[in-house]
Order: sequence, then C-alpha cells, then structure tokens
Amino acid sequence: MLKKTYENIDSIGRAILSIKAEGVHNKELAEVIYPNGNKAFAQVIALNGDQVTLQLFGGGFGVSTDCKIRFLGKPVQIGFSDDMLGRVYSGNGQPIDNGPELLSDMVRVAGPSINPVKRLIPKEMIRTGVPMIDVFNTLVRSQKIPIFAKAGEPYNRLLANIATQTDADIIIIGGVGLKYDEYHFFKQRIEEAGSKSKTIMFIHTHRDSIVEGLMVPDLALAVGERFALQGKNVFVLLSDMTQWSDYLRQVANAQDQIPANQGYPGDLYSQLASRYEKAADIDGAGSLTILGVTTMDDVTHPVPDNTGYITEGQFYMKDGYLELFGSLSRLKQQVNDKTRHDHRSIMNAMARLLSESEERVKAQKFGSVKDDYSLRLLDYRKTFQKELMDPFLFLELEDALDLCWDILAKHFKKEEVGLSSKLIETYWPEKGTFKILKNMTDE
Amino acid sequence: MKKAKGKVASVNESLVGVKTTEGAVMNGEVAYIIIENGKRLKSEVIDVKPGKMVYLQVFEDTSWMKVGDLVEFTGLPLAVKLGPGILGAVTDGLQNPLYELAKKEWFLERGLEVEPLDTNVKWHFTPSVKKGDIVTGGSVLGSVPEKLFQHKIFVPFSLQGDYTVEDMVAEGDYTIDKDITVVRDTNGVTLNLKMAFDWPVKKPMPFHERSVPVEPMPTGIRVLDALFPIAYGGTACNPGPFGAGKTVLQHSLARHSRADVVIIAACGERAGEAVEVFKDFPELIDPRTGKSLMDRTFIVGNTSSMPVAAREASVYMATTVGEYYRKQGLDVLILADSTSRWAQALRETSGRKEEIPGPEAFPMYISTLISAFYDRAGVDILADGNIGSLSIIGTVSPAGGNFDEPVTQATLLSTGAFWGLSRALSDARKYPAIDRIDSHSKYPSLLKEEEVSFLLELLRDGKTIASNIILMGEKGITDEAYIRYQKAELLDAVFLQQNSFHDVDGVTPSDRLRLMFNVVKEIIDTPIAIKGKDAIRSHFNFIRQAYIDWNAIRIDDIGFEKQKSQILNLVKKRAYVKENV
Repeated sequence: MLKKTYENIDSIGRAILSIKAEGVHNKELAEVIYPNGNKAFAQVIALNGDQVTLQLFGGGFGVSTDCKIRFLGKPVQIGFSDDMLGRVYSGNGQPIDNGPELLSDMVRVAGPSINPVKRLIPKEMIRTGVPMIDVFNTLVRSQKIPIFAKAGEPYNRLLANIATQTDADIIIIGGVGLKYDEYHFFKQRIEEAGSKSKTIMFIHTHRDSIVEGLMVPDLALAVGERFALQGKNVFVLLSDMTQWSDYLRQVANAQDQIPANQGYPGDLYSQLASRYEKAADIDGAGSLTILGVTTMDDVTHPVPDNTGYITEGQFYMKDGYLELFGSLSRLKQQVNDKTRHDHRSIMNAMARLLSESEERVKAQKFGSVKDDYSLRLLDYRKTFQKELMDPFLFLELEDALDLCWDILAKHFKKEEVGLSSKLIETYWPEKGTFKILKNMTDE
Repeated sequence: MKKAKGKVASVNESLVGVKTTEGAVMNGEVAYIIIENGKRLKSEVIDVKPGKMVYLQVFEDTSWMKVGDLVEFTGLPLAVKLGPGILGAVTDGLQNPLYELAKKEWFLERGLEVEPLDTNVKWHFTPSVKKGDIVTGGSVLGSVPEKLFQHKIFVPFSLQGDYTVEDMVAEGDYTIDKDITVVRDTNGVTLNLKMAFDWPVKKPMPFHERSVPVEPMPTGIRVLDALFPIAYGGTACNPGPFGAGKTVLQHSLARHSRADVVIIAACGERAGEAVEVFKDFPELIDPRTGKSLMDRTFIVGNTSSMPVAAREASVYMATTVGEYYRKQGLDVLILADSTSRWAQALRETSGRKEEIPGPEAFPMYISTLISAFYDRAGVDILADGNIGSLSIIGTVSPAGGNFDEPVTQATLLSTGAFWGLSRALSDARKYPAIDRIDSHSKYPSLLKEEEVSFLLELLRDGKTIASNIILMGEKGITDEAYIRYQKAELLDAVFLQQNSFHDVDGVTPSDRLRLMFNVVKEIIDTPIAIKGKDAIRSHFNFIRQAYIDWNAIRIDDIGFEKQKSQILNLVKKRAYVKENV
C-alpha cells in the first residue's frame, strides 16, 4: 500500500500537531520526517473534515513547518516475543539497553477488555511475607492494587520486593516519570534478586517526552496480557500513575478539553480504569496482577480518589510504614477464610482495638487519658506499629498470626478483645508463653 | 419515513459528526457506522445541527474510522427486547448476552452483535384469549413458565385502541420468533404478534394505576431494616467514598433482599465485581425458593473498561427490564452501581459537544436526568388487581467522598432513603459502615416507630458522650453517662454491626430481627448497679461477647435459646435492685 506523505503542517503545540490530509484513519500511526531525515512517531487522535490532529510521541519541540508527515497505515503496535525478557525499552517501544532490535510478532496496544465471562473469580493468595499485607490486606492473584504514598516514601523498594519475593513467572516494570536513580534502583534490585531473566522494563524518565510516558502502561500491559494468555502469571508494576495522570492532564489541556476537577480531564476515571482493568485471572490461561504506585499528599486528590474507585484496594504507606487505616484489599475475603481459621477474626479484632486506640491518641492530646484501659490501648498501638507495620520485615503468615495473638495477650484480658470463646480457647497464649513476640524481645 | 444515510465528517473519541446525504433524522435514533473492515459500529443520535450535520455517540471504540465512512440510520430509538429468557442472563449495556459473545471472541471486539434473547429455546405457551376477544396494549395473551414465575405474554404496550384477536395458536411449545397471534385494529389492518417485543429504553413504561411505597422490603441487613428501611417501590441513595463498603453492601442486598427479581446494573464499575455475582449466584440456593439465586437475577454489565457511551444505555436498559417485570406483578429491585459513572459518561460526551459546563463540569441537565430516572421506580396496581413494584437503590461515588457534589445532591432530592457510608466507621471496621446519625429514610421500618426513635436517641446520646470522653477523659464524666455510652456502643456492636461474610450473621430475617431487638431493648432498659468505669466496661464486654456468640448461632439450633438466656442472665446479674421496697 502506498503510504501518503503530507507537508502542509498547520500548527505545532507542545505535544500536538495538526495538518490537512485525506484518507487518514482515527488512531493511525504516523511518522514525522525532519528536513535532515530524522524521524519521530506520532498518532492520529482526532479528525475533522480534512483536518487531522496528531499526538507527537517526541513532543512538539524542534518540529518545524517544513517537516513532513507520513501516515503508516497501521495502528500503534508493540513487538512480542520471549526474547524481550531481560531487556529494557522506552515509551515508544524501542530498546534502550544497547541491545539489538528484535524481529517479532506485533500485538495491538490498548485493545478491548476481556469478556467478563472469561474471567475467573480470584481465589489464590499471593504470599508476600509482609504481615500488613498477608494478615491484614491479603494480596490475591490478578488483583489490581496501588501503593498510596507521599513522594519520597520507599514505595519502589516495596514494589520491587513484592514482585521478586513472590512466585511471578514474568515481571514487567512500567516506569512513568522516573528519576534516573529510581530506574537504576529497579534495574539493580531485579538483578540482585536474580529475576532479570524473567523481567521486561518499559522506562520513561523525566528527560523523555510526556507522550512516551503516557504510552508506557499500554505497552507494558499489552505485552503482559500476551504472556498471561500463554498461561503465565504476570506481575505488572506501574510507577508512578500520578505522573501519568499529570501527563494526561497536560495533553488534554493542549487539546482545549474542558477540565473537570483540578484541571484533570473528565475522562480521568475511564482512562485509569481501562489500564487497571487489564488485570485478570483468565479462564483457561494465566493471570495478570497489577501493582501500581500513586503518589499523593491527600487521598481526596482526583488521582488517588479516582484510582481508589477503580483498583481493588490500596496499600497506604506513611513514614516508611504500611498503615492499617487507609489500606484495603478488596479481594482478601476471597482467600483469608482458607488460610488459618483464626485469620479473619484476629484480623478484625486487631483492627478494632487499634481503631479504639486511635481515639485515645486524639484524647491524649487533651491530656484526658489517665485510666488503665486507655493506657494499655496506647501501649498496644506502639507494639503493633513496632512489630507489624514495617513492610521490610519478612514473616510467614502463620508466624504473623501467632504474633498477633501474642500482642493481644500482652496487652489485654480475654474478654476485652471481642473474639469468640472458641478461638480464644485454641489460640490465647498463657502468660509467658508467647510464640513469636518473646523470641523477638530476647534478641 | 425513508431511512437516512450519511458519511462521517469528524471523529473525536466517541463523538462522531456525520453529514447526512439523504432522508430525515430523528434525535435519539440508532445508527450504524460501517468502517473499513466492514464492521458495523452501533451508535445513537444525540444532536442534530445546521448544515445537515448529525452528532452520534458511538457505543464502541472509534479507532480506524475515517472521514467519509458510510453511516446507516435505522429510524428506531435504542430499544430493549422484552420477553421470556431475560432472567438468569448476563448481558452488556446493549443487551448482548456475554456468554454468547464469549463463544465468538475472548475479548469484547467491536461490532459484535448477538440475539438479545435466545431464539432457539421453546417456551410452553398457554393462551388466555381466544379468537374474537378484544385486546389492547398491555393485555395478557397467555403465559409461559420462566424460572420461578408464570411469565405473562403481553400485547406490546405501544399499541393503542382496540384490537380483535383474529387467530391464536393452540397451547404448545414455541420460540420467541414464532407468531402466536394475529390481531386486527378497527380499520381492518392486521398485525402479527410474537412472545417478545421491543420497547425504547429511554421511554418510561406507563403505570396502570400508580400507588405509593409503604410496605417495608426486608433486606436482611439490620441497620437498614431497623433504622433506615426501603419500601417496595421505593428509592434509596447510597453514596460513599471508596473503600467504605459499597460493594459488599450491594452484594448483600442482591443476595438477601426479599424481592422477586433483582436486576444488577454494573455501570462503569469493576468487571471483577460483576463476575463474582454471576459466577457465584448460580451455585447459591435461595432458601425461600429452593432454587438458584441466579434464577431471579439479571445482570447488565457495562464495566469501567467497556465503551463509556454505553454506560447510559446500560442503566436505562436495566430500568426498562425492571418496569417490564413489574408489569408481571412482581416485586423488582434494581441495584444501580454506580450512577456517578453514568453521570461521568454524560460529562465526557457533554465536554466533547462543547456544551457550557455546570458545577464540576457536569452538564447542567444532570439533575433532571437523575430525578427522571428515580421516578421510574414505584408501585403499580395492575389491571388484574395484582400489585407490582420497582425499587431502585443507586450507589453514588462522590469525588473525594464529599457528598456536597452535584450527583449526590441531585440523587438526595430524588430518593426516599439516604444511606451515607462513612469512612470513619469503615476504618473502625464497624460494618455495614452506614452512618447511624446522618442517614435517614421516609419509609416504615420493620420495628415500630417509637422503637426506632428509642434506638436513634440512644445512638445520638452515645455520640455526644463519646466526644465528651475525648475532651475530658473517662474520669471527667459520671458513671451514669458512662453506662449510657456503653449501652450505645453495645447496641452498635451487636445489633447494627453485621458480618456480611458470615452464613448466619450475614442475613437477619424479620422474625430474628424482632427477637434480637427485644433482647437489646431489655439490656438498654435494665438499670445497672455498678460503680467505677472499669467494672462497667467489663460488664458490657461480657454481654457483648455473649451476644456476638449468639449472633453466630442458627435460630433452629438447640444452643440458640440457651445462649439467649445466658445473655439475659448476665444482664440481670448486675441489675439494679431497688432497696426498701
């Protein structure tokens, strides 16, 4: 097919270009050809008569009115092959690790969602060794769940830990708006953990154009979905989706879209959802689990807010700890009744008491906490934080459950914890017989 | 009217401009855009502009469309097919059954359409009118058994005036494609009728004789049935921030509500949640009917990653199906989750149409659309004297969990019950996290009116005392106030809180609710002779423990009465006995 080249560029913006052309398809891939012969990619995003609007992958800077646009007659695609494992790609799908370009099958990017009847109900727990996750907000295969954290928290470390400590067949890292040292950190962690041969990285750093950043999740998910269809259990890590949403806002703004909340486009929810919904446990095939990062100051900000409505919960990280309040795994109920039979009850009891102690913290500021019970609640809160909330302490689920009982027995009487008499009979440690807690204080 | 034709002139995501080349165009009619590979993309006319320009919202992805692509208008509004075979089905927002689509493709590819109702199934039809009878729109022609009910076969509601039955098939097995009767109008024009017919989704079905919702509908959820009930034919607004328990509450309602038919409109929400329902429900037995829960359920799934323009269609389709089963004389419950996603879809389209935005960029007309939607709920006294009802529970997902936003406010104005979910309660794991103070309902409770006020008063007192404790410490308040506070806490812990995932505690039938309330009332009414906060707290801890154990025991279990006595003994043991009688 003859590829048509056009040269009458009308306007050039930060990330948008418009040109008069005919026979062009919506979402078609195009090439910007510079006078010196260099090339960059662009994609059609709107048509109006013979007016074609394109999104420039490399941004608008340096594009001149004597550039030519060639429409390539194909949509945006990404290569797919096993040889991609261990490699690093940029947001436009080109390798950036000095390795060779691969000849491979091309797969579509941002395709339709899977028919819901082809999804399985997620039923398989993923053991992470992090008590705040395994005990309180269990991670389940095919879950989509982000870490909510302020910029600067060690969320990427936790992300890399979870991906490498679990049994993922394939790890795909989608880095959006990474600082160079964060990219370096991911690379190093994956190599240290010996996971390089099962990892593919799609990396966008601050020096790259924002449109390439916008592409990263789609590329990572398209490749991940392919592996999942082949029966693999795939982990896709997306860091950081707040940056991604910011790029979306910039592009929408450049297109004169009417902003909804805080300048974000009205379709922010749908845009985030169409990425996160790629997570699935597929009937007769593998699974795709998405762990994301949403940096934020305040959970009511449009990005964490919309994300919270889309994802199956969130892990809330604060001051290096995984918080109980604010964290949630929506799928935990699918699995935490099949672990140990005290799991659900002790999880609830611990949470209820912690919430009660939070009220005392408020009261303490007024200087009104003097009674014994309240003081014990406050002590309980300290022990809880010290023993359970550090996400980088590794503890098997069963040990973590025993630890919970130890902590309860250390601070409370049996009738104060609101657990059924049957469970208390089975698990309540008698004085001085802590299973886990004592060992820890001995060290 | 000659059907119109046109060509694509502009493409902006789901909004496509078309220049018509022939024929007249109706606002709201369905059109198909034929793209290069021959796929036909369904769309709806939403605007007609000067210069023969028509704007369509396309229910599919518009990739690979180009200027000049052919557009065929159908002359018909977006409609739903009504007839036997709806119950137990799972469809997308345009009534394509998902299991049928899955036989063609793993992914929801564009341009796929399948028959909305199975045309191969034969239904056993028993006619109830004969040759020579006079019928009109809405008259019953006969019935077929469908799952749990006798499904009445109607003369399409759109027919007006009298028709004479010319011909009627004998009792027997027929598919919905087969003509079952021929009717003739007063001008002598004859019409063939089948067991199924189309109805435009955006047109409310007229009531026969509209009545008001007054009878409470038990949901099995104590905080609702006791304090904030919904009635048959009523409406409820259920807003909440993410993670406050909307989804779990919706699933509980779908399982336990005492409705004949439950329709779940999964609008713009997670696919996984709909999957949980349609994969679990077929396995679950409804204790009242002894049949699978799926037999009374219909699911419309336009989940968040499906085309945004079809969200609106999915909500209206669910409502139309609900109205149809109400005409069958059944009690229908629609769970619309979430109406905010529908409003957001309208916002996206409105923005692309460059309409002047209202608050938070929602279109100005959003409040009118929302009230008109809830107005389709209600009680209908049918021609045969039977009563049917349609109740709607709409969840709202307010941005930032702030109820002071346009969709929540418009919904509040249009509904009879308000179940506000609270982040503070869900953080404290006090589920269902329905705010006990700010929620309200205008429908009658399963308890008596004075009993409801009795509970609400205690809860309000408890809240006041709790804030005093924070300010002044436990030592700063009297023992009497502390006892009142402990009673309010106990009421919350053992009666209002409920473990949805527990077989027994998860659903409370009306008779058990009454028993539980009586015991709670006894505890609250009993004065207590204990001095000192620690002793008081310990007393209530023991009662709470015993009551929670009781909540887990089946009502027909031998331990049930025993545990009840144990609670009452605990209460009496420390009861205040008047001296010097």
